[in-house]
Amino acid sequence: MMSSMRGVTKRIASIKFALLSPDEIRRMSATKIITADTYDDDGFPIDMGLMDSHLGVIEPGLRCKTCGGKVDDCPGHFGHIDLAMPVIHVGYVKDIKKLLQATCRKCGRLLLTRQQAMEYIAEMEQVEELGGDVTEVGYVTKETAREAQKRQRCPHCGEEQGKITLDKPTTFREDGHKLTPKEVRERLERIPNEDLRVLGMNPEVARPEWMVLTALLVPPVTVRPSITLESGDRSEDDLTHKLVDVLRINQRLRENRDAGAPQLIVEDLWELLQYHVTTYFDNQTSGIPPARHRSGRPLKTLVQRLKGKEGRFRSNLSGKRVNFSARTVISPDPILSINEVGVPVEAARELTVPVHVQSYNQELVKTWVKRGPTPLGAFGEYAPGVNYVIRPDGRRIRVTEKNAEVVAEAVEIGYTVERQLVDGDIVLFNRQPSLHRMSMMAHEVRVMPHKTFRFNLAVCPPYNADFDGDEMNLHVLQSEEARAEARVLMRVQEHILSPRFGGPVIGGIHDHITGSFLLTHKESKFTREEVTYILSKIDIRDLPPPDVKKGGKEFWSGKALFSAILPKDLSMTFKSSIAPKGDIGLKELKEEDSLVVIKDGVVASGTIDENAVGAFKGKIVDKLARDYGPDAAREFIDKATKMAIGAIMIRGFTTGIDDEDIPEEAKKQIADVLKAAIEKVEGLVESYKRGELEQMPGRSLEETLEVEAMKILGRARDQAGQIAGKHLGIENSAVIMARSGARGSMLNLSQMAGSIGQQAVRGERLSRGYWNRTLPHFKKGDLGAEAKGFVKSSYKSGLHPTEYFFHAMGGREGLVDTAVRTSRSGYMQRRLINALEDLKVKEDGTVRNTADTIIQFKFGEDGVDPSRSVQGRAVDIDDILQEVLGEEPSWKERLREQEMASYGLTEKDMYVEISEEEVEVEEEEPPSEE
Amino acid sequence: MRFNVLEHQLVPEHRLVAEEEAERVLKAMKITRDQLPKIRKSDPVIQVLEKIEGPIEEGRIVRVTRVSGTAGVSEAYRLVIGR
Ligand SMILES: [Mg+2]
Ligand SMILES: [Zn+2]
Ligand SMILES: [Zn+2]
Repeated sequence: MMSSMRGVTKRIASIKFALLSPDEIRRMSATKIITADTYDDDGFPIDMGLMDSHLGVIEPGLRCKTCGGKVDDCPGHFGHIDLAMPVIHVGYVKDIKKLLQATCRKCGRLLLTRQQAMEYIAEMEQVEELGGDVTEVGYVTKETAREAQKRQRCPHCGEEQGKITLDKPTTFREDGHKLTPKEVRERLERIPNEDLRVLGMNPEVARPEWMVLTALLVPPVTVRPSITLESGDRSEDDLTHKLVDVLRINQRLRENRDAGAPQLIVEDLWELLQYHVTTYFDNQTSGIPPARHRSGRPLKTLVQRLKGKEGRFRSNLSGKRVNFSARTVISPDPILSINEVGVPVEAARELTVPVHVQSYNQELVKTWVKRGPTPLGAFGEYAPGVNYVIRPDGRRIRVTEKNAEVVAEAVEIGYTVERQLVDGDIVLFNRQPSLHRMSMMAHEVRVMPHKTFRFNLAVCPPYNADFDGDEMNLHVLQSEEARAEARVLMRVQEHILSPRFGGPVIGGIHDHITGSFLLTHKESKFTREEVTYILSKIDIRDLPPPDVKKGGKEFWSGKALFSAILPKDLSMTFKSSIAPKGDIGLKELKEEDSLVVIKDGVVASGTIDENAVGAFKGKIVDKLARDYGPDAAREFIDKATKMAIGAIMIRGFTTGIDDEDIPEEAKKQIADVLKAAIEKVEGLVESYKRGELEQMPGRSLEETLEVEAMKILGRARDQAGQIAGKHLGIENSAVIMARSGARGSMLNLSQMAGSIGQQAVRGERLSRGYWNRTLPHFKKGDLGAEAKGFVKSSYKSGLHPTEYFFHAMGGREGLVDTAVRTSRSGYMQRRLINALEDLKVKEDGTVRNTADTIIQFKFGEDGVDPSRSVQGRAVDIDDILQEVLGEEPSWKERLREQEMASYGLTEKDMYVEISEEEVEVEEEEPPSEE
Repeated sequence: MRFNVLEHQLVPEHRLVAEEEAERVLKAMKITRDQLPKIRKSDPVIQVLEKIEGPIEEGRIVRVTRVSGTAGVSEAYRLVIGR
């Protein structure tokens, strides 16, 4: 091709697929297979059996009779079976059918006039000349065949043509009469070479009669090795089993035919042979039962080895098993830095890093090797040993307790030793499904006792991990280059800001947020002991001066403590998560202590909660990562989360169902509100029935009723929630969690304390089930609130039987939805990744593929790295203005501007997806994948 | 032609690039023609351009100017290919 193939030294120009002729099969065969027996009584392979040693060796020590090689040298050799009668190859039935239909039953010529054939050849040549690829040429040949099939009478010999049909999977009929594979083969033999070219076949490498098998290729034993069980019994591969069947039936067929057995018996055996050969190729051929083991398990034959997720392509070629990796259950460790990962001692002893011996480290390495494979330090703690010493010639020597000293002496410059993990080694850590680049990040090792991988909870969101039994994988990097790349590009702290929406994905969760709230809300203050305890968790040695003195006692405010970990020049203003929703005055915000004002690194007011330190929403995390760099952001996250945990441990924190207790009179109020709403709906139904309901524009009368009813009942649920909410103050643990953004929402609480509300399927009130009613508990045609899925009760009070049933109906839709969504998006992602995997951004900002052609002239049209962007925009003008002018635009104005500038994205759109997703994504895809 | 696609609001501006300018652009980007994204001669946009500019041979270059949500205005080039 052209000079465009920069950097590519060799390129595959084309691939040719062809058929094996019986001659070629026999030529490449190392031996003919005639007997179905495999081994003799002494356990040696029988000559001309399926395990004949001409087919290669699988047992160490033996030699191949064809090439003389041992186990690792001999690649294996093919053998063949001569079939007593021809059989159809299932893989080619479609082509055989096409050929039979397009050619004459008598003379074998293509059913087109010479002129027509010439025209199609010309068209084909034109497409080829214009650079059309195989598929485009294929269109022409398909059209040719279609045209030929239409002709009823042969233009060459005048023969009337029959109608060829295919009985799946392999039986051909002409006008209803069965064609034996032998007859089919004879017809295909008659097709002249030049007619095949018109049909898009190259007769030199693919004569059509080769699609009907007279000889069957037998794969080498290396492809179907037998395994010896512990009991000493031999267990054969599925392919071998199938070939045994073929040989048995082939033998019987030959005997019967030669003995002149009745036609019926021969035909039966012939069909049986066809069945075995068919299932040998594909054991999931539709129309015939799959061949099974004695246990009932279907056999895995040729096609099954290649197809699907567990097939050769997806499981061995696109993805491979690797060494230097480990997998175990994960558990949390808030003491670790977000950059670290705790590795169990047992894993650390198996996982190794290659160390090249040079003059500068020769002595050191020798002391390592001398310690053997399981050394301990001076205090009985873990110390790294060496598992293998690799000589310059590539020989590996296993280091044992016994040979350690001797091997250590032999270590010279140029040797490589495989050293066990030590603290600070860089490794890759991963959790499936690996949906984005933060699913695989580089961590620094901390070798620890016990059997789980451990990491900081702030890193749960990017991995979407929790600790209910999740397992994760760890990979040890094996080259200096890889380690450098991982440290620079993949370290956790480099991924605090997500390229998905230009905000943080790593930050405080759950108790971190509750803890920050307890630490900083309003006038929270701590005694000397408490402060010492909290600050002992982070690296602050000097106690700051006390803020408050009361009754001779010193107190430190939580805000001051938190300020201690902020950079001294940090200034910012934002609303806390606990701020009441809606357009609120400054005064109210201050009352709730929910306007965070940080001036020169001191929290002057406001509560530190999800909006400050949370993953996804943490404004401080965001700003630090953006303006102060990943080191500062990592340090902040480490310290802020540790401090929050210190605070929550001092105060203690718990929640229970009594957090949703509300006074009797509130319950009564709620009951009244709900009763009124239900009556209102009743009134609506009445007026609907009387035909007095005023129709809404663009809606039918029925729709109007439904919309109105939904509106009324929705409002009632909200009111019930508000009444309940009045009695759930900010001192309530559940409310603290909901408002600070730690876990749960006020809606959750109001459904527990107040009322669950209307259940819906596809956004409508429940209506299906019985004839004209949802349940037999109601009258037919009842359109009232309770008959159509309104749940009055709260989760706390418990549901009535009908309500329970309605709730299950609504809940089911949610489950089905997520199940469908995850499988569909998983498949979509797979296709996207397969299409985009070889694109990369070059130094000049263009996006190119591996052929070096341009896909995009500037990455994303603007060349902006989305993870360095501010919520998707290239620059944050407000922030720059504030920085440069030192001015502080009124917080309200700023918020409004931001909302307007952000592409119509609301905060909800941006964050809800990950934070609420609870269902595990299991990679599943539609069954057909071609 | 019943409809001029270039007048549709979702179709960005396409202009045929003069040969001297094309050479300049390629030189500036340090690429050869075959590395550009392609556009077929049968593409409705090229059909419209041929109405304006006369026949357009294979190998000519077309500039696409898009109004972009992120970049304001962005320019791309396409190589005209056969059929
Ligand atoms: Mg889990
Ligand atoms: Zn061999
Ligand atoms: Zn004929």
